[in-house]
Amino acid sequence: MVEKTFKASKESLAEINNFIFDIIEDKCAMRDKMQLELAIEEIFVNIANYAYADSEFKDEEKTATIGVDIEESSGTAVIVFKDSGVQYNPLTKEDPDTELKASERQIGGLGIFITKKCVDDIKYEYSCGKNTLTIKKLLSGK
Amino acid sequence: MNIEKTREENTLTIVLEGRLDTTTAPDVEKELHASIEGVESLIWDMEKLEYISSAGLRILLAAQKIMEKQGAMKLVNVSEDIMEILDITGFTGILTIE
Repeated sequence: MVEKTFKASKESLAEINNFIFDIIEDKCAMRDKMQLELAIEEIFVNIANYAYADSEFKDEEKTATIGVDIEESSGTAVIVFKDSGVQYNPLTKEDPDTELKASERQIGGLGIFITKKCVDDIKYEYSCGKNTLTIKKLLSGK
Repeated sequence: MNIEKTREENTLTIVLEGRLDTTTAPDVEKELHASIEGVESLIWDMEKLEYISSAGLRILLAAQKIMEKQGAMKLVNVSEDIMEILDITGFTGILTIE
């Protein structure tokens, strides 16, 4: 697994996409790429916005470490997001009701729902003071 | 991302080109709010939109809520990839897509 640490702020998003897709792009069809980009954005923006929202964190502590790997046998991309912010499991958030009318729909709450729909597997762990979210997506190849 | 606005009487057309994500959504929101007053027909032209995340969907939902009070809103020229995201999130059921 290749790992790299980024500043946990929204401005890092383009750099993170470059890092991840440099490794997996040649195995990624356009559709896979868009769905992975969506999952990556939603997860990372959550970290950037909320993980270090408490003032107890120093600026240099506000980071996210991202790991990328390909399981060659199955052609599955594995992407791991780690942060040292407040303990938070996004998977416990209730899915939005997608049947509601526009006037009744809440603005927001869609990010983690989109993420779940765009990947094949998603897992959360908290240990040693770190939130770890792992996503897996079977790549259909080019 | 490129945002192009055309106003003809009470119709506002917004052409989006590029990626509507967390980093570009605030610009679109600002442009929308600067021009939405008095609009009775809001048209989003999505032909050149390559990507939309929840940050972009939030703007579409907010715009839909405003336009339900003052007129109507529709999306035109939506690509297959963007349509899939609208579908997953149930937005195809609440937005008018042509």
